[in-house]
Amino acid sequence: MPWRDEWRRARAIAWKDLTAERRSKAVFNSVIALAITILVLFGFALGPDAQALRDAAPGVIWLAALFAGVLAFNRSYQTEIEGGALDQLVLYPGGRRAIFAGKLMGNFVLVASTLAIVVALGVILFQVDLPAQWLALVAILFFGCVGLVTLGTLYAAMASRSRVREVLLPLLLFPMLVPVLIAAIQATKSLLGGDLMHDAGAWARLLAAYDVIFVAASFLAFDFVIEV
Amino acid sequence: MSTGAIAEPISATRTRGWTIFGWFAFAFLIASQAIAIAISPPDRDMGDLQKIMYVHVPSAWMTMLAPLTVLVFSLKYLWSRREQDDLVAASAAEVAATFAGLTLALGMIWARPTWGIWWTWDARLTSMLVLFLILAGYLAVRAVVDDRDQRAQWSAAVGILGAINVPIVYMSVRWWRTLHQIQSSPSTVAPAYVIGLRLNAFAFLFVMIYFIRRRYDAALTLRAAEHASESAALKGGAA
Repeated sequence: MPWRDEWRRARAIAWKDLTAERRSKAVFNSVIALAITILVLFGFALGPDAQALRDAAPGVIWLAALFAGVLAFNRSYQTEIEGGALDQLVLYPGGRRAIFAGKLMGNFVLVASTLAIVVALGVILFQVDLPAQWLALVAILFFGCVGLVTLGTLYAAMASRSRVREVLLPLLLFPMLVPVLIAAIQATKSLLGGDLMHDAGAWARLLAAYDVIFVAASFLAFDFVIEV
Repeated sequence: MSTGAIAEPISATRTRGWTIFGWFAFAFLIASQAIAIAISPPDRDMGDLQKIMYVHVPSAWMTMLAPLTVLVFSLKYLWSRREQDDLVAASAAEVAATFAGLTLALGMIWARPTWGIWWTWDARLTSMLVLFLILAGYLAVRAVVDDRDQRAQWSAAVGILGAINVPIVYMSVRWWRTLHQIQSSPSTVAPAYVIGLRLNAFAFLFVMIYFIRRRYDAALTLRAAEHASESAALKGGAA
């Protein structure tokens, strides 16, 4: 069963990344610290007015997750590149897509836990009331996170191997994530407001469509990205 | 990882024909502008400000066409692995970025006296700006990657994903705006303005083709120079 073998390879890579992360905590700690700092700084920028903070909360939460995520994406390849392990990983038997799938899952766990902490903290700091449809909010967080992590993992495979990784990744990633950010922020905003306009569903569908398109495109593109 | 020590030179097929085409393109552009400005009456609301349409609108159309060229030649490169295709895609991306910048700048110049503002977060303006940023990312990849094969493959991937994203960006920005306020409807164009617009669309198309071709020639010349210096260095080492 080649399909099952690929899945096992992907799982092994994700497990390896997460184990390394669990033991060193090098990325997670700094990513969380950065995300919290961004939340606090936005609090200062938007002023102490409770209503202004509440209105801006969805945007601030997603931006904090995005900025912190960029840190995680680059690090996910960097440790391997520094140890000269990425070339070896590519040489192992099996498809390269399994590498991408593994990295994707590892990054997803990392960014999703960051997002969970950011949301929890954002709710407290920005005085947001959690909506009754909290399950829908979880779905939005999931879809948004998938979109973020997919393109982040793909572009980091290029950026982290280039001369200017700190600059190149945001430059490539941020314009591409405009639909994700708009849809995720708007959906979160309307859910926090009780979804009075019933537009959260439309944004969720846009997010899901974006995820399907770019997960497929990224898997196809990864072969070319990792090949050279 | 370059495959060979010396990259094979690409035979540059530069002809006098393209210089003549360039002259023709610019002459056609000047004539089209003159005709458009001469035959169109001043607009009732905008007056002569309307004339900016003849550069702004064709330039916006070219900004739609040039990224399509990037998409087609990026796919073609991944299919054929001919370096020429990569260089055409790169040339088209540079021209696309130029036209996107031109469209944005001209739009702002027009918007200031008409709407009273330099910028508004309208769907078309915003997606044009995002397209400009995506193209900037594409050009950044090309600028920072030195290896030829790596640069070609990476930029092809970035170019294709970017092109896929353009309609999604437009849709999402439009929804973002229309869910909150009604967008100004596009006004229908009176026949007196149509001829000028059509003529200039072709003029801009010719200029764009000429730009891409010239940029491609420059890329070929650069490759030939690289090849010459590489083989000279190798020869010197062997002697």
